[in-house]
This record gives sequence, structure tokens and C-alpha cells, in this order.
Amino acid sequence: MAILETRHITKQYAQHRALDDVSLTIPKGSIFGLLGPNGAGKTSLIRIINQITGPDAGEVFFEGKPLGPEHVRRIGYLPEERGLYKKMKVGEQLLYLAQLKGLTEKQAMDKLKIWFEKFEIKTWWSKNVEDLSKGMQQKVQFVATVLHQPDLLILDEPFSGFDPINANLIRDEILELRDKGTTIIFSTHRMETVEELCDHIALIHRSKKILDGPKLAIKEQFKTHTYRVEYQGDLSQLPTAFTVTDAGKSEDGFSRADIKIPADAAVNDLIRLLIDRVQVRLFGENIPSMNDIFIKAIGSAAL
Amino acid sequence: MNTILIIIKREYLVRVRKKSFIVMTILAPLMLAAFYGAIIWATVGSVSMKKVAVIDQNGQFVNKLKGDEETAFVYVNDSPEKAKKQLVAKNYDALAIIPKDVIEQPRTVQIFSNKSVSLNLQSNIESAISKEIETIKLSRSGITQQVIKEAKTKVSAKTINLSDEGEKSTNSIITTIIGGLCGFLIYLSVFIYGAQVMRGVLEEKTNRIIEVIISSVKPFQLMMGKIVGVGLVGLTQFTLWILLTIGVVSAGSAIFGANYAKTAANTRSMQMSTVPGQSDVQKKMEDSKNPVAEMTAAIKTLNVPLIAGCFLFFFLGGYLLYSSLFGAIGAAVDSETETQQFMLPITIPIIASIALSQLIIRDPDGTLAFWMSMVPLTSPIIMMIRIPFGVPAWQIALSMGLLIAGFMGTTWLAARIYRVGILMYGKKPTYRELSKWIFYKA
Repeated sequence: MAILETRHITKQYAQHRALDDVSLTIPKGSIFGLLGPNGAGKTSLIRIINQITGPDAGEVFFEGKPLGPEHVRRIGYLPEERGLYKKMKVGEQLLYLAQLKGLTEKQAMDKLKIWFEKFEIKTWWSKNVEDLSKGMQQKVQFVATVLHQPDLLILDEPFSGFDPINANLIRDEILELRDKGTTIIFSTHRMETVEELCDHIALIHRSKKILDGPKLAIKEQFKTHTYRVEYQGDLSQLPTAFTVTDAGKSEDGFSRADIKIPADAAVNDLIRLLIDRVQVRLFGENIPSMNDIFIKAIGSAAL
Repeated sequence: MNTILIIIKREYLVRVRKKSFIVMTILAPLMLAAFYGAIIWATVGSVSMKKVAVIDQNGQFVNKLKGDEETAFVYVNDSPEKAKKQLVAKNYDALAIIPKDVIEQPRTVQIFSNKSVSLNLQSNIESAISKEIETIKLSRSGITQQVIKEAKTKVSAKTINLSDEGEKSTNSIITTIIGGLCGFLIYLSVFIYGAQVMRGVLEEKTNRIIEVIISSVKPFQLMMGKIVGVGLVGLTQFTLWILLTIGVVSAGSAIFGANYAKTAANTRSMQMSTVPGQSDVQKKMEDSKNPVAEMTAAIKTLNVPLIAGCFLFFFLGGYLLYSSLFGAIGAAVDSETETQQFMLPITIPIIASIALSQLIIRDPDGTLAFWMSMVPLTSPIIMMIRIPFGVPAWQIALSMGLLIAGFMGTTWLAARIYRVGILMYGKKPTYRELSKWIFYKA
């Protein structure tokens, strides 16, 4: 079941169309990667989902119902540009932000206690935000985002500004939230994050959605049916159906080749051919990385 | 709790807890009291009697120079040298020597003093002597004392207000002061608290917290919460100022009032002992009321509840009208330095109101006064200047109605600029872009 669905969203700024007929379905419980180059329209889409701005055309549905003010408290948003009141105390600030999301002061207080213990930041309660380091501020901001236990969490470049240790901490929190049933939308350029965390992705380029679906299905779609072999010997005698797309030498002196198999052939056919001809050192399928897919999809869209 | 109340609460508490707020709230009345104290001290101080020894070499001035509350003349028959020596011993403030040919050469009068002679004392002596010379010259040309006496007429008008409650004495100086003060306070509050709204909006924008907040609340709620919150800060500060000022002033006047009575009594007894035959001056002194009592009486003739009520209304109306515009400026730009360009057109009507207030006071029922008290951009200040002089009820009602419409208009306008502006970073917008923002779809 989809927690969020956008249908034919279009958003026009004065001279610039930020979103053009974008339809997305975000399954409940998924970690959804919203990808795209800078200026593609990701932030515009996120702002529409957060009801910061409205679309010029199209609709957004939250659990099947048109998105409305009552959904605000079910969404948590961590913008790319982080910000807190600098001269306000950490505890008061978090209480305030939680109350704006509809929690009572007591509810907010109870939840805050848990988070302050979890993140071991109890001593920060009455510190001014400006007295914290940037990484510490990020932690506070993350708590502010998840404190009201949103069903949908929108994280815009969540790991920027974190050192590796804190980035891991946040990553574990995200996974824990996912396991508890929270749906997470990730907006990022960092493909290793997508590779690791996301199970669904959508790619937006020049205001249009050019790709979306489960990560595995997309990888399948972008498979080139090529296999990498490292070997000793001569491979020039392969049947013409099996084409060598790339050849070279590995660092330690072995020959290397990427071989594309015909659509009707099985992998084992290639293995049989290889065994008869060369000493195989390594064999594997070339599975496209998210990075490859990203570049390839955008490259082909540009044409 | 309603989200807008949560916002109001934060905006209010954050500002009220600031050290600068507490310091300003306590210091301002003390400074005001010190200022008033200095004025009262200066006034009371100048009342102190100055004794002037007079050597009349001409012989026509003996017992003729008229002293007043500030100066008493004592005639001495000593030589100038002896008198100069005795100046300190006999406790004279100054010695005036009137030469023989003073009537022909009035510039030859000399004043000696071991202290520097104040301008006031000098002019008192000069005018006393010149009046006498005038009388002498007139009687020389054949005009009798009787005619001169009859010709000297002193006009002192009493202004009387014709109103429904019958005739009332008014004091146009007090009316002017009350009106001017109310207008000036509104002017100040618009600037102080309007700028606070602007800085608050700008802070949220530059801190980038704005995006987090407006994902929870509507931009309009945030803007209104801020405006109302800061407005309450303003009301709190004004109330505290008024209470503290009343406290300080009444404490101060208890001390000063006693002093004043003592000085006045001194003056009177001195006058009696040193100046014989000045019964009219004496009488005047006894008649003249204590200025504090005079002021209280004048204030009683004003419609205080009406003025207070109108002040509250125009204070809030003016604040709401301008603070929303200030908020829109804060949203449109990226830094405080960039606000200047947009501040100018907004501040022009406020500054014009204050600049023209002299004209309005001179003619509080004129065409200029009428129109400026109707236009919402200037009415909060101008109407408050006019009200103590008495304004027809329909004009007040119309002005209030227009002000309400005015701030609803500016709030609407400001909200539309605000919701676009807070998410715009980078370049400084032009007026053309701002006008486009107004028509953007949310």
C-alpha cells in the first residue's frame, strides 16, 4: 500500500518549470531514494509534499486521501539547509518544534527524555544552540525531525555535515525507524547511500521523472548482460554471438575481458566456452551500480 | 494548544527574557525621570531671587525700578568703588551702575558681579531700566503718568472649550503636549517594534529554520504569531514604562514638590523685605498656582478615557499596519543591510507625520490634518495629535474604520510577499519581482 502518491504534479516558477507531470508512488515501509542532479526539481517536490508550497497542477494523496493540514503532524522533514534558532536553548527549542507538530508539552517532554538518553546529549538541554558544534547541531536537528514519530520521514541529504561515526549512528536510527514501520524518503546525490539503504528509487531530471521503481528491478532493467573474466590464454576464438565489449590487462598481468552474451544464451554457455579455451581466474556478472544507472539514465535523457 | 498561540508564546517569551529588554524597561523611566528632574531643577533654580544693588548717579531711578519674581533691586548710596568691594559681603548678586547721562546714552549702564552674570539676569536689569527710561522720556514729551499707566494693558487670554458638557477652560499648551506625546510614542513604537518583527523574520530566514517551521505551520500563522507576540512585548514594555514612570515621578515630585514650596516661600518673604511698595507683585505671587497643580487641572479638562482608549487603538492599529510591512521586508531580503532600500518608502509616511505635526498642531481641524488623519499610513500619529483638541466622533470612527481596513490590506499584501520571500535566497529582489510575488499561487 502506498503511503504517499503524487499524480501529475506540475510546478511552474516565473520562467522556470520546476516539476513537469511527476507521478510517484511511495510504498509504505520503504526507503525511497529521490535522486537527481542539482536543480532537477527534488526540493520543489519535497516542498509540495510538506505543503510548504502547492502544485500548479496535479494532486498528492496521503494514504489515499488528498493531502491536507491534518497530515502535517504525520510527516517529519529534515531540510538540506539545516537551521535552528541560534539563541534558543536546545531543550526549549525541541519542545517548541514538537508542539508546532501538534504534540502537547508533556508528550514532547516524555519523548525528548528518551532521545536525549539515546543520543547521550542530556547535558545539552540548557545550552544555546550557537554554543554547539555543527555536528552536535545536526544531531539536535535530527531529533527535532523524528520526535513526533512521523509515519513519513523526508530527509534531504541527511548525512552531509556528519562525521563517519555520527553518520553511522544516524544511519542505524534510520534503519531502526524503517523496521518500526516508518516510510523514509531520501533525497540525495550520494549513490553509495542509495545503494546501501534504499529499496525504491525515482530519478528526476530536468523537472521530469525519468525513472522509478524498486531498486532491484531497475538494476535488472539496466543490466547489460555482460560478464567480466580474468584469465590466461587466448580468447579470440569465441563464437561471434559472444562479443567482447572491452579488453585489457589486470594489474598483475592477467588478461581481462567484458563479454556480452546473446539474449537467448545462458551464463553457463559462456562458462563452458571459457573453460575450453582459457585458464579462468575470475568470473562474474557486471551488475550496474546506482552510479552507473544514474549517469546512464541522465546521459540518455540528455540525448 | 493552537499553533498560533504556541508561536505567540515563544516570540513573546524570547524577547521578554532578553537582557536588553529588562535593561531598557528599567532604564527608560529612570532616564525620563532624570530628564524631567533636570528640567524641574532648572526651573526651580531660576526662581531663586537675585539681589541687585543699584547705584543711581542720575537720581531719577531711585525706588522706580520694578523688581519681579527673579530680581530685587536695592538702592545704595555708596561710591561705585565701595559698593564693588561690599558686593560679596552684603550678599548682592550684581551691582548695576546707572550713569548720569543714561537717558541720552542708554548704553553706558554697567553691571558688575563677582560671578558671571546670567543672560536672564542681565536682560531683567536691562528691561527694568529701559522701561523706566521709556517712562521718563514719555513724561518729558508731555504725556502724564496717568496716561502711561492707562496705556499699559496686559492681555492674558483664557481659552474656553465649548462642548456638550458646557464651557470648560482648556490649556492649549497641555493639549499640544499630550497630543504630541501620544503621536511621538506611536511613532517610536512603530519603529522599535516594527523593526523587531523585521529582524525576527530575517533571523528565521538566515538561520534557515524557516523551512522546518513552515513544514509544520502556515507561513501566515508564523507571521501573525510573530507580529502579535512582538506587539504584546510592546504593550508589556509600555505598561511597565508607564507604571515605573508614575512611580518614579510621584516619588520624585514628593521630594521636589516640598523643595518647590520652600523656594517659593523664600522668594515671597524676600520680596516683601527688600522691595517696598511692590504689593501688586506680591499679590501676583500669591495668586499664581503651583505649576503642578495647574497641569493637573488642565489635564482634568481633557477627555482622558477617550484619549487613552484612542491611544491604545491607534497604537495597536499603527503597529499592526506597519509591522506586517516590516515583516514582508524581512522576508524579501537576505541580510539586514539589504533592508534599507525597502525601508525607505515605508518610513516616509511615518516620518512625514512627525515632521508635519507642527502644522497639524497649529491647525488641528484643517484640511491637511483631516486627510492625514484619515489615510491609514499617517492616521495613527496624526489622529492622536488631533484628538486632545477635540475631533468629531464621526471622524474618529471613520479614521478607525479606515485603519482597520488598512492593516487588513497591508497584512494581506505582506503575507503574500512573505510566503514567497522566506524561501527565496540569493539575489535581492526588485520592486517588480515583489509585485509579481503578490500574485503567485501558493
